[in-house]
Amino acid sequence: MTRKVVITGLGATTPIGGDVPTMWANSLKGVSGARTLEDDWVAKYELPVHFAARCSTPALDVLGRVEAKRMDPSTQFGVIASREAWADSGITEIDHDRLAVAFATGIGGVWTLLDAWDTLRDKGPRRVLPMTVPMLMPNGVAAAVSLDLGARAGAHTPVSACASGTEALHLGLELIRSGKADVVMCGGAEAAIHPMPLAAFSSMQALSRRNDEPERASRPYDLDRDGFVMGEGAGALVLEAEEHALARGARIYGELAGTSVTADAYHITAPDPEGLGATRALKAAMFDGRIQPSDVVHVNAHATSTPVGDKPEYTALKAALGSQLDSVAVSATKSQMGHLLGASGAVEAVLTALAVYERKTPVTINLENQDPEIPLDVVTSARDLPSGSIVALSNSFGFGGHNAVIAIRSI
Amino acid sequence: MASNEEILAGLAEIVNEETGLSPEAVELDKSFTEDLDIDSISMMTIVVNAEEKFGVRIPDEEVKNLKTVGDAVSFIAGAQA
Repeated sequence: MTRKVVITGLGATTPIGGDVPTMWANSLKGVSGARTLEDDWVAKYELPVHFAARCSTPALDVLGRVEAKRMDPSTQFGVIASREAWADSGITEIDHDRLAVAFATGIGGVWTLLDAWDTLRDKGPRRVLPMTVPMLMPNGVAAAVSLDLGARAGAHTPVSACASGTEALHLGLELIRSGKADVVMCGGAEAAIHPMPLAAFSSMQALSRRNDEPERASRPYDLDRDGFVMGEGAGALVLEAEEHALARGARIYGELAGTSVTADAYHITAPDPEGLGATRALKAAMFDGRIQPSDVVHVNAHATSTPVGDKPEYTALKAALGSQLDSVAVSATKSQMGHLLGASGAVEAVLTALAVYERKTPVTINLENQDPEIPLDVVTSARDLPSGSIVALSNSFGFGGHNAVIAIRSI
Repeated sequence: MASNEEILAGLAEIVNEETGLSPEAVELDKSFTEDLDIDSISMMTIVVNAEEKFGVRIPDEEVKNLKTVGDAVSFIAGAQA
């Protein structure tokens, strides 16, 4: 008998809210977290993109100055989200040898790495501080969360570009099912609003250049979409073996019923135009969770707002859900907060868990002329989900051909 | 050239910046590890920041001899001379 795994704690810091209640309220309203960047480096390096979606609450408003100094910004966001999720779970006593961490990032400590490189060139090797290595390592966020919680059943860092956050949930589920842990702090964190990643993503034509209207730039499924908007932040979810949660009378948001990860093996960055890898991931996650297409009522789509990315996801959803897709409310929340890269899957999992728990769907903004080749039922104003047993899916796809899907079932 | 008092005050500021310890806690007879609970990574950060602040070089092999705040003040004062 497979162990059932439930979600008992949620945390987030994002461009549309520095905590879960604020983010959730804004996601139902439909706001944009994208703003013009005021940093001098935008003009200095003549970046083609002048905007991004920064976290609405700076990390230094939440963390102590001294503890923040020892963390890359991505780790700061991760620790903030993890602490909120942990408090939200209400866990007060735990066997720390049975508590694991699966906290993802797409890029890792890019600010630390590049600042240290600047320091080396300007001031020499002596000024490159000893905390540089633990701050730049991609496992830095998982390590910091493990230290913070005293989690000793392993601290893992799935890295699969923009699928990383969702892959962390896949790993968390496996850790509990296999009996290696009873509770897992899962999540994803990213802080890459730095001129180098902005230049690099621009160079591959991935970012929107709607510089005059940042708030309208992220527009998944719209005919005028021209790329994603760089976001930052973190999401965190406490996964718990059902019996462990029931024994302590925990509030349960939903069951993490099924997950899956597949690889396209098609192209290093372009999605398979037929969405075959994504289709396999959707079908595998549904099989894993014993889910029929008719159970599915909501999808939090990957939908980054790139011209080439949004359509194969539709193709995959159609292949996996068939005619049921007509009855599925699809939300593209990157329209509001931009693309949080390795954190996006975790933040979207938080929103998906809340959608199932509250039976409401977050909205998609900036959809003015829906691409006729993507005839999805896109949620543009908050909608109620049906009563009874329901399932919601959340997709994440990453450069490298990574596809990750999770399925959350109502309790 | 900084006086011993100025070096102590400067060090206290660096230690506060790195660890959050109140500058008043940084006294000459205090041991960095035993009393101030400063780990090796923080100690190296303090050393590098002290080098910049006081314009001296503190060789890596010397750092292990700087057991107390007083040791560090004396070394920096000597290195400035």
